[in-house]
Amino acid sequence: MGAQIRVYKRRIKSVTATKKITKAMEMIAASRIIKAQRQVEASTPYASELTRAVTAVATGSNTRHPLTTEAESPVRAAILLVTSDRGLAGGYSSNAIKTAEALRERLTAEGKEVVQYVVGRKGVAYYTFRERKLADTWTGFSDSPTYADAKAVAGPVIDAVLRDTAEGGADELHIVFTEFVSMMTQTPVDRRLLPLSLDEKAGEPREQGAKAEILPLYDFEPSAEDVLDALLPRYVESRVFNALLQSAASEHAARRRAMKSATDNAEELIKSLTRLANAARQADITQEISEIVGGAGALADANAGSD
Amino acid sequence: MAAELHVELVAADRSVWSGEATLVVARTTSGDIGVMPGHQPLLGVLESGPVTIRTTDGGTVLAAVHGGFISFADDKLSLLAEIAELAEEIDVARAERALERAKSETDASAERRAEVRLVAAAGKH
Repeated sequence: MGAQIRVYKRRIKSVTATKKITKAMEMIAASRIIKAQRQVEASTPYASELTRAVTAVATGSNTRHPLTTEAESPVRAAILLVTSDRGLAGGYSSNAIKTAEALRERLTAEGKEVVQYVVGRKGVAYYTFRERKLADTWTGFSDSPTYADAKAVAGPVIDAVLRDTAEGGADELHIVFTEFVSMMTQTPVDRRLLPLSLDEKAGEPREQGAKAEILPLYDFEPSAEDVLDALLPRYVESRVFNALLQSAASEHAARRRAMKSATDNAEELIKSLTRLANAARQADITQEISEIVGGAGALADANAGSD
Repeated sequence: MAAELHVELVAADRSVWSGEATLVVARTTSGDIGVMPGHQPLLGVLESGPVTIRTTDGGTVLAAVHGGFISFADDKLSLLAEIAELAEEIDVARAERALERAKSETDASAERRAEVRLVAAAGKH
């Protein structure tokens, strides 16, 4: 066998092995999207009930709360960026980072100092490589976040917003995550989470069409302030949880798509390599035949000459 | 219709129980509160504690709830909890182990959680 064919055969074998891996990853990601989507759905009742309760308190009382009051001249804004822990998901993480960077530029242009919080190893790696300061980071749960994870993330961020600006507290909180629109579309978005504005609260729950209903006057137990105190951090936690879940679903969808194109590409490569190998084999055979024919001709000529 | 209220018990990551009830007793930060149909609109902060729901068919649903809110309006009651478990879902052995551990580590909140679980489970079994 010719050396050329051997090289082609070896490459075909290696590409086939790679294809098997990407195919497996594609299927794993596909099954996880469904799971992640189900988790998003399962968390919706809590989120919408909570939104309702927040709206009720905010409209039913005149209580002021640091998490709902706009600072007169905001000097510091916090950005919470959600990226993935693992790569091989196409442009998933870098798109989210790009959105965060754009937001950061916008906020800086508005004269605000930006404090960054990052979820996911990819985002952390991006910023540490550029030696940028991060206020806090969390890694290890990007593909299947639990409510406890959301709590762990939201805690320090809420604290930062509650702290006085003079003591390094933030006036605003923005969250950048990848919204799961459909299996094929995931868009990185930035949302302002805090301070909450009333119309934002009413507009946010997309699924509640009957938002026009008049909310009754509630009795607060123990008091409106205490309820709001307890309610708002939970509300932020649930928004963060929702963002984490959507990001997880998006990550799986992005990975599935990336792996699908990798598999397709491998198939294409195998096809063209097989063609090349066939051509090389045919060339070898042709050469061998012509050598034999040539050799036989030479022998015949030599014999004719000696006679 | 006037004699029943619709209850939704939801945890952060799932809906735990929903149905019609005649009475719901839950523990708020200022004490136990019982809600019957026709109650004034209410919004309260819950403590870790057992929640008792008396259903319209005469049954009782017990759940352990850790932190959260109770909100009631228009004969619709929602119990929002970060963690909520129905009594029959609670693994008694595991809760007992958690209680032991919490006691030895003097983790007051974990101890309270384990106790609440056991109380809720005991009410059912």
